[in-house]
Amino acid sequence: MAQAKAEENETGLTKDFKKLGRNLRESARERNSEAARINRRGLGVLYRKELADHLESTRFQILFVLFAVVTAFALNGAISSLASTAQQTSDGKTAVSEFLFLRIFTTSGNNVFSFSTFVGFLGPIIGIMLGFDAVNEELAQGTLNRLAAQPIYRDTILIAKFLAGATVIALTVFSLGGWMVGIALIRTGLVLSGEQVARIVVWFLMATLYMCLWLAMAEFFSVVCRHAATSALWCIALWLVLLLFMSIIASAIAGWIFPTTGYYAQINTFRNYALQLGINRISPYYIFSEITTILLNPNVSTTNIVSLLQSSEGAIASYLTFGQSMLQIWPHIVCLLAETAAFFAAAYICFMNREIRA
Amino acid sequence: METAENKNADLTAEPLTEGTAETAEASDTVEETNEKESAKTDNSRKAVILTSNLCKNYDDVKAVDNLNLVIYSGEIFGLLGPNGAGKTTTTLMLLGLTEPTSGHAYIDGLDCQRQSLLIKEEVGYLPDNVGFYPSLSGRQNLVFSGEMNGLTEKEAQKRADENLKKVGLEFAADRNAGTYSRGMRQRLGIADVLMKTPKVIIMDEPTGGLDPQGTNELIEMIRDLSVKEGITILISSHDLYQIQKICDRVGIFVKGQMIACGRINDLGRQLMNEGLYMYDVLAEKNNDSQWDRDLEDAVRAIPDITLMGKTANGTVHVEAKRDIQKELVRILVDKDYTIRSLHQQGGDLDEIYRKYFEKAEREEAEKAAKEEEKKQAKKAKKGGRFNGTGKGRRK
Repeated sequence: MAQAKAEENETGLTKDFKKLGRNLRESARERNSEAARINRRGLGVLYRKELADHLESTRFQILFVLFAVVTAFALNGAISSLASTAQQTSDGKTAVSEFLFLRIFTTSGNNVFSFSTFVGFLGPIIGIMLGFDAVNEELAQGTLNRLAAQPIYRDTILIAKFLAGATVIALTVFSLGGWMVGIALIRTGLVLSGEQVARIVVWFLMATLYMCLWLAMAEFFSVVCRHAATSALWCIALWLVLLLFMSIIASAIAGWIFPTTGYYAQINTFRNYALQLGINRISPYYIFSEITTILLNPNVSTTNIVSLLQSSEGAIASYLTFGQSMLQIWPHIVCLLAETAAFFAAAYICFMNREIRA
Repeated sequence: METAENKNADLTAEPLTEGTAETAEASDTVEETNEKESAKTDNSRKAVILTSNLCKNYDDVKAVDNLNLVIYSGEIFGLLGPNGAGKTTTTLMLLGLTEPTSGHAYIDGLDCQRQSLLIKEEVGYLPDNVGFYPSLSGRQNLVFSGEMNGLTEKEAQKRADENLKKVGLEFAADRNAGTYSRGMRQRLGIADVLMKTPKVIIMDEPTGGLDPQGTNELIEMIRDLSVKEGITILISSHDLYQIQKICDRVGIFVKGQMIACGRINDLGRQLMNEGLYMYDVLAEKNNDSQWDRDLEDAVRAIPDITLMGKTANGTVHVEAKRDIQKELVRILVDKDYTIRSLHQQGGDLDEIYRKYFEKAEREEAEKAAKEEEKKQAKKAKKGGRFNGTGKGRRK
């Protein structure tokens, strides 16, 4: 009543604003309807339960310890060869010293891979492990229809599972990465600049996104396959193909379409390279390794064929600013996001169309 | 929502077949359930579950075919039928877990398809072979369900304890649910359903795979839920014996169609109306269960008797076109026989079920035969036309 009286006194513009405000409030109320509220509550509960399940599962604990050990080895190897890395690069045409700390992640030791390689290789396993039995296990236990009969929308089940998996991945990456940075700080005595911190944090985020892609893929197979074993096999198969055989397949196809032998070699070389790169970039592994290169090595200014010329023809050594590096990997980020979204959408559609019965 | 409620109101106002059946005078075989039922129906006849022309097709198979079902507040309704009759599909549609091909279903005035979330708030579902997270204890499983339904952790803990007590699982509350036996899981399922205060519980084969002892306990529990807490319960099952013990009304479901619906006694009476009364009589005179000539003749003299035969243990099987129980007893007493047992067949759900099933099959066979005949007729017609033209030409 009082409000209505006040409204009468107002004129013109203020009235319009009030109207707008009321409309906004109404739409907000719709979104905050009883059903939406109930659903969000269920999402929260399910998310917490899934998170607890993951963190308490032996499977995750074993993999986490394994990853920690690998991290320790990678760190040790990197630190032992960091001195020579710095030497080489300063002897050459580029100067790396300012961003030497970032080399911790990309330098490999004598017998062990670098941390970034490990993330690229084993990261998918974490994603797959968290997701491959997400839905079919519930089906096998007979808990899926009971869960679906709780007051939540059906997609909430999938969303909660994905969010919980993504949270576990982020926790893993940031805890192990942070631990690694801490130890490296102490052991090398290097000082971190603000830009380096930013690059590291963004790289961690990218690693999380990369693993989430595999999580989404694994969840897709967990919806499609009735048995956890089948979906695990599918995931492993794709993992092998995308990581190991993609480059072989890419060069084979590129060589077939644009042969680099005979008369056409002169013309085809560039096209061949471009096609090969294009096919390789289907694999999230390749995209992630390019992101790693750009983010953790400010000297690299591009990922296309110019990067080859740059190293062989000797471009002027200079750093990209953080902003420019981000600009370089922006398409890659979009690509990773899109692939994740595509797998999640596929899982979503399959799951929503699926008949839920024991 | 409003329209749904209106429909609801309409249907409650409508006189239903069950209502007319009820007004029919109570038969001589009065059972407690019958009495209770009529008392119950007087004050509360609110339809809780309601389906109108509900259909579900899988490819070209009709899993549920034009189902019209009304279930009233506080009653236990049994959905009976052989495997693959479409019972589970019906329950899934009621919960909004499966989309109907056409038709509508309402629970408590809520549209099952469009307001599934609100439905799931107040409808408990106990699926066939219910499962629990094996790595969580029974109590934790219940607390999880409680929290999903909006209880705080403390409330959920409290209610979980209450419910565990109710179903007698306190001793195993902290054991992992993975170690539970089938019967324990089923009981935990009931406790789980009670974590939300449900108005309606839908159970899919609740007694499947249980031993007799476990079944009886479960049946008691379900009965209690209906009586003490006033929950409307829909049970789908093929276990006739259990259904008979517990259900107020049953619907017999064959190949997606409800071929009969009503109180068990009414169904039996419907059969009787079709002229089938069967009695098994065991009567003795001087410890001899053999009937003498005199008695046999007297019984045979009752009009409308169609069949009389003796079995090995002396029980006599009598079939008649109408209810002859009174006359039968009178004759036996007059002839100085002691009636050891007099059992009327046909009121038995087993019998009803078999009869209806046979009837449905017979009708189907007749239909098929008719269609075959039509085909034959068509063929004949075709042939006839040819003949006709031939004749015409000749003319």
